[in-house]
Amino acid sequence: MSERPQPVIVGAGPAGIRAAEALVAAGLRPLVVDEAPSCGGQIYRQRLAPDERSTRDLYGSEAQKAEALHRDFAALDGKLDYWPQALLWNLRDGRADIMVAGTSRQVAYDGLLLATGATDRILPIPGWTLPGVFTLGGAQIALKSQGCAIGSRSVFLGSGPLLYLVAWQYMKAGAKVAAVLDTAPFAAKFNLLRGLPLFPGIVLRGMRMTAELKLAGVGLHYGVADPRIEGKNAVETIAWRQGGLEHRLACDGIGYGLALRSETQLADLAGCRFAFNQRDRAALPERDAAGRTSVPGVYLAGDGAGIAGADAAERAGERAALALLQDRSLSPDAARAAVLEAELARIGRFREVLEAAFPFPAHWAKDIADSTILCRCEEVTAGEVRAAIGQFGVHELNRLKAVSRIGMGRCQGRVCGSAAAELLAHETSRGIEAVGRLRSQAPIKPVPLTLALAAQQEAAE
Amino acid sequence: MSRRLTVDVAIIGGGLVGSSAALALRDMGFSVALLDKGFCGAQASGVNYGGVRRQGRPIEQLPLSQRAHAVWPRLKALIGIDGEFLRSGHLKLARNEADMASLEAYAEAVAEQGLDLELIGHNGLRERFGWIGDGVVGASFCAGDGHANPRLVSTGFAAAARRAGVDVMENTAVAGVTRDGDSFALEAAGNLTLRARFVINSAGAWAGPFAESFGEPVPLSRIYPSMVVTEPMEPVMTVNIGMEGGGIYARQVERGNVVVGGERALPLADPDFSRPRGDGAIAIMNNAAALFPGLRHAQAIRFWSGTEGAMPDRNPVIGPSGTTPGLIHAFGFTGAGFQIAPGVGEVLAELVRDGATETPIAAFSIGRFQANSARTDAGSGAGQNQEPQH
Repeated sequence: MSERPQPVIVGAGPAGIRAAEALVAAGLRPLVVDEAPSCGGQIYRQRLAPDERSTRDLYGSEAQKAEALHRDFAALDGKLDYWPQALLWNLRDGRADIMVAGTSRQVAYDGLLLATGATDRILPIPGWTLPGVFTLGGAQIALKSQGCAIGSRSVFLGSGPLLYLVAWQYMKAGAKVAAVLDTAPFAAKFNLLRGLPLFPGIVLRGMRMTAELKLAGVGLHYGVADPRIEGKNAVETIAWRQGGLEHRLACDGIGYGLALRSETQLADLAGCRFAFNQRDRAALPERDAAGRTSVPGVYLAGDGAGIAGADAAERAGERAALALLQDRSLSPDAARAAVLEAELARIGRFREVLEAAFPFPAHWAKDIADSTILCRCEEVTAGEVRAAIGQFGVHELNRLKAVSRIGMGRCQGRVCGSAAAELLAHETSRGIEAVGRLRSQAPIKPVPLTLALAAQQEAAE
Repeated sequence: MSRRLTVDVAIIGGGLVGSSAALALRDMGFSVALLDKGFCGAQASGVNYGGVRRQGRPIEQLPLSQRAHAVWPRLKALIGIDGEFLRSGHLKLARNEADMASLEAYAEAVAEQGLDLELIGHNGLRERFGWIGDGVVGASFCAGDGHANPRLVSTGFAAAARRAGVDVMENTAVAGVTRDGDSFALEAAGNLTLRARFVINSAGAWAGPFAESFGEPVPLSRIYPSMVVTEPMEPVMTVNIGMEGGGIYARQVERGNVVVGGERALPLADPDFSRPRGDGAIAIMNNAAALFPGLRHAQAIRFWSGTEGAMPDRNPVIGPSGTTPGLIHAFGFTGAGFQIAPGVGEVLAELVRDGATETPIAAFSIGRFQANSARTDAGSGAGQNQEPQH
């Protein structure tokens, strides 16, 4: 046993923590690699420095889950290897290149469990690159991690459960929330009633948050169309149309996001087969109910393989770890695995409800103005993308990248990739599933040219 | 559902060679089908380093290279875009006196070829190219060389060919070619049957089986050059940089990103795709930071690689088949295809129209392998990490 390389878990959010726990319980010693300075992932992110806020202040109704995860991971200390502030930037041939403090170590692994999480899905709108515009997730990080607000008059824009959650958290923290602008129509929210039998607590909590926002005088607007962010050097106003009428509102901070998108680069570098997922409107690495991918020894858990939220991530992390154990003939608890799968299926059904309640803005690709920046890294406008599609006759996303530079910059298409796919599909009158997906390239995030290569012995630890 | 098509010329492979030949042939009035198993310009032609240079090529390539040299400044008129072609000059550095001596020998050997090479000593380098760090004793400068964006140029030729009336068929792999009477029959994906009087085999790393099926086996292998690109930096690198003996090559694009190559990548499970190794990429990055002090604080944002067809003598195969009339080969550019490809396209069109070309190509005959007379070229420093001589 001891001569086999250790399994590697990427991500120390809810999925990664529960996976690590299950592996340790079975006597394995995994290596957990995480970009953040401390565990918890995005949703249960910990503050950078202690302050007067309680966990209840930080995580609201989810405080108990956050505390449990932080505590359970701390209890694994000594039984696993944990590299925080570490970037796994390349995968090849059963080896991971991991950057820690400016040095890259090459780690051979036996079993790779990817719990890479998600980021906000963004569809560019006029003004989205102005200082003062944040993703909803970014706005939440500012609050949770650093105890600061994105503005003194903040507007939250977009759709998805996070829209109301972040607005509510800002209000609770004492920050001024000028408005919540939901791009979905109010009628879509009735879909949530279908979710009541599945998860009454979550639905009622969402309703309570909405009610509390309203009581606090926060304007809630539905069916928001054609949002435009305006300002000279920073956000000054937001304008939109609603029911045929033009609206404007002064603000100095905007949190924007349209649900989430999975971080799939490492699954791609690991060679996992992808399939298009209609609900997430994205190509996702294939996984079975246990979390196994098309590549033996590579497992997926959590939002990194399809958006399902933190509760699902905890279960999927544990389930994928059990699969890893089973594949090592360590006979894990089969009954437990079945329970986890049943719970995951129930959450999956709830996800369908949420998608109906916060639908994707289908008109975006048709409406986006030529002058709007689509790829902010490479400063490519929607008009330039349209021109490139016409000039070169491309209808596949990697070809569009080649001729237009979209997705070639620092973020490697993690921010603009969804939007570019939507625009390409619209311009070529194809379904979004027919335009392909951006092939991932290392490094998955920028690395310094002076990155040092660790000696091989050090990597083996 | 089967489809039949009859054309004058069928071209297998929509890289820069195939698509520039297609455009030239169409301009001569031929009907042309350009077939690619994937997307035109998506393999070696589109993912190479982007060097547009004559300096350093074996002397037998220089007439062809000079012909292509005349095409590059006309891209805008030819294909509607300039492909970000920049006549920046190409500076080949020498790390030591021995390398400098070999640069001097090369300059003397090609003195009659019109490259106008300028040898620069250590002090001259410091004066004119102060952004290059220590450890370089001299260089050879070719002011007329430069660099361009391969992603745009290669795709641009195919798009221009399509606009000119070439039947461009992507995702259309050719399963087999047979000589049938006085023409060829091609079986391609999607139940397509093509008849053509001429066939051009410009299938790059995939050209071998087509040559072999006509009794002309070739020792074609694959190489995977490895590239790193930085985030946009202040514009400092005014010229395209190479290194005598290989190891590193670099250029800065107009937007500021610096493209650095060296090392070799490795194929993936699907050998049509490749990816740099982590340690190889780090070596390129570290070398770049050492050679160019201005890059010490730069971040690498992306690596890439591509699949290129390579010949043991590092010269391509260009010219008529030795066994089959109407079949013309053009492949195996060994990392050196980008610059000369537009010239090769013109030559191929002449071979179809006239059966001959005035540009000397005898050195590239496929017959050199049949005759068991594999030659080694006179180029300098044929090391593993030789700068691709695009």
